[in-house]
Amino acid sequence: MIIIEEEPAGSGVDIPVRRITFTVNGVKKTAEVEPRLLLSHLIRRGLGLTGTHMGCDTTNCGACTVLVDGRPAKSCTMLAVQADGHEIGTVEGLATASELHPLQEGFKEEHGLQCGFCTPGMMLAAKALLDANPDPTEDEVRWALSGNLCRCTGYQNIVKSVLWAAAKLRSEGA
Amino acid sequence: MYPSRFRYEAPRSLAEAIGLLHDNGDDAKVLAGGQSLVPLMKLRFASPGLIVDINNLPGLDYHRTDPDGTLRIGALCRHAYLEHSDLLKTTQPTMAAAAPLIADPIVRNRGTLVGSLCHADPQGDWASVVLALGGSVVARGPGGMRAIPLGDFVTGPFQNVLAPDEIAVEAVIPAAQGTRAGGYLKLERRVGDFATVGVAVALEMSGETVTRAGIALTGVGGSTIAARAAGDALTGRPLTAESIGHAADLAAEAARPRTDHRGSAEYKRHMVRTFVTRLLRRAEPAAERAA
Repeated sequence: MIIIEEEPAGSGVDIPVRRITFTVNGVKKTAEVEPRLLLSHLIRRGLGLTGTHMGCDTTNCGACTVLVDGRPAKSCTMLAVQADGHEIGTVEGLATASELHPLQEGFKEEHGLQCGFCTPGMMLAAKALLDANPDPTEDEVRWALSGNLCRCTGYQNIVKSVLWAAAKLRSEGA
Repeated sequence: MYPSRFRYEAPRSLAEAIGLLHDNGDDAKVLAGGQSLVPLMKLRFASPGLIVDINNLPGLDYHRTDPDGTLRIGALCRHAYLEHSDLLKTTQPTMAAAAPLIADPIVRNRGTLVGSLCHADPQGDWASVVLALGGSVVARGPGGMRAIPLGDFVTGPFQNVLAPDEIAVEAVIPAAQGTRAGGYLKLERRVGDFATVGVAVALEMSGETVTRAGIALTGVGGSTIAARAAGDALTGRPLTAESIGHAADLAAEAARPRTDHRGSAEYKRHMVRTFVTRLLRRAEPAAERAA
């Protein structure tokens, strides 16, 4: 059980906390949250999963992208209470204890990151793409990542990384 | 950034949601996709005392056609559903063209068409599309249901006619008389930006004759603009180079652009003319186009 309130109790109006139950990377969680808590803050501060980054905080950059029931969503633009009953996936859920996910390998092989800030969001948006379309064209990759901003790479290597991962995943599946 | 404090309810039925709105009046706000409302709350442009989250209401995520061809889009139909809709690709060229241009792919997974209409941003793309198609919004309140043509629904920037205890439950696009043609073009600096200029053209054709023409403009005025004179000038005749040029001029005249960081007023007006011409030329009969 995690209890998160943005302000100490007693300040201002009395807003009841809500108990929510959800899964994060397949693990069931229960939390009591103030309604105004953002999903990104629940993930980072409540659960300690700091791989989900906060970039612009204004629904532009996609650094805070997580998967909600398998679909990418900007976690700074969802209330934590809205996660109730849903499955959340974060970048921490990609790798196993011993092995990187092919997307993570791809970003390593193709130099798909420099500062790394946008990388978790990029990977999760790419994961949703590859789950739906295992053999995307370069154009489809660019289109799928168009909601995620990178200030370092110029995107070229990110696109290559995703295509690398797609090929690896197909060969593993074959 | 945090929103101000608010109470939160996630009703399981429409009646319960309307009851909550009725009891809380202006202090309550409906949350659907949240892709405009949550940022507004974080920036403290909006500070509702109660959020009524309608995401748990069953059966509102549809888009479907009635037997007579009327298209209905439920309040929880996300942009992404419309973007990947075969129904739209085969029957609604203007909507199918606009769907992939709404915001960015991640926002499209959550945001809704009906929510976008309610938000009434003058730079919202769907409002132009629905206006060009002659669509309306269906509202449900304690007193029942009413359909409101989009031109009457939006009363100003970020303002609509919904009573505090009404919920917009669906958008309705009337059936076409004849074959649909048209499209949507958007000039944006990068994916996810608001439209510098957006143009929606919705034609209904009987053979080569235009039986109805709706043209609406995004981002070039204080509200979405219906370029009625341009549409009327096309109606009742085939598309020709001359009629297209005339309609494009009339649409450019209807625009009320302002110079800002996205471009000069003159440039934006020019882009309206260019987009209208492009969209109409695509609908022109092939023989005419070759000439």
